[in-house]
Amino acid sequence: MSTPAQPDPSSYTRLAAVIAGLKVASTSVFFTVIVVTYIGFGALAHDYGFPVGWATLSTALMWAGPAQVIMVTALGSGTTILEVAVAVALSSVRFMPLVVALLPVIRGPRTGPWPLLLPAHFVSVSVWVEVTRHAPSIAREHRITFCNALGATLVAAGTIATAAGFYLVALLPALFGAAAMFVTPLSFLLSIVRNSRLLLERLALVLGLIIGPLLAHYQVGLDLLWTGIIAGTLAYGGHRLRAALR
Amino acid sequence: MSLALNGYLALVLVGFLPSEIWRWIGVALGRTLDEDSEMVLWVRAVATALVAGVVARIVLFPPGGLAGVPLEIRLGAIGCGLVGFFVLKRSPFAGLIVGEAALVIGAIVMGR
Repeated sequence: MSTPAQPDPSSYTRLAAVIAGLKVASTSVFFTVIVVTYIGFGALAHDYGFPVGWATLSTALMWAGPAQVIMVTALGSGTTILEVAVAVALSSVRFMPLVVALLPVIRGPRTGPWPLLLPAHFVSVSVWVEVTRHAPSIAREHRITFCNALGATLVAAGTIATAAGFYLVALLPALFGAAAMFVTPLSFLLSIVRNSRLLLERLALVLGLIIGPLLAHYQVGLDLLWTGIIAGTLAYGGHRLRAALR
Repeated sequence: MSLALNGYLALVLVGFLPSEIWRWIGVALGRTLDEDSEMVLWVRAVATALVAGVVARIVLFPPGGLAGVPLEIRLGAIGCGLVGFFVLKRSPFAGLIVGEAALVIGAIVMGR
């Protein structure tokens, strides 16, 4: 069967998905959050004696703010390689449920695993929050494109900000490091509060805030993972209970 | 860093791989799930609780420079950020500005 050269009817909407990704990324509160966070990280990497190329590459490769801070402070203070790897892995556990929750939103009925690796690399709390919020207004076949455009914009902003922070370190006030580090938990909390419409999400948020510190205080191994599983399962139970009582 | 090449190798081994592995596992686990399934609801609850755990951990046991700011200021600034968010049209940006301002002002005042 011959297919004559026709204008691809989907080409416009694919471009529209790219533009939507750029627009959502650049107007998101997370754009500011990422720029401030990574200026702080770049300054930190400078202070611990890492080269600028190494610091910026870590942002593009890892895309995990808290894990990068842990890695730089641990490597810089002489912790063994294995201990650093374990600390980074424990901090980045959150990506697994974020990816699992995001993929059904962006993939089509027959999407194979390979086209999902790039969106999965871009997954962070910020990308998960924004893609989940905006995906319903994007045609399903273009949601991966939308997610990639959004993620690439934020990663690019973070990478440039890392280099900027590295070179601006002398100009930054002493309190900047603390303020930049505080941006991560505060923005995570506010965006989760804003996006939590279901009882399920609100319960999970509150239970996670209570159970997380308890497990960390008693130094339970894999405390973040257990926080997610225990608090998430309790919240899901609450959701099922309410559905059953209706 | 005298071992420049080893520095980049270390970045891949202790930075990239331990982080990225969770995303790959997520792709393996999440590829076949249906958006409206009960399993995805449960995973969403787990993800939300896990992010809440990250928030609590950074605020209560902060790494680096944030540890120099007293705990009561960190908690107070989170409270101010939440109040700012709810008062100012549920804008995360407004909440962020209010919370950050509270942290910086608190740290300066308490530092004296």
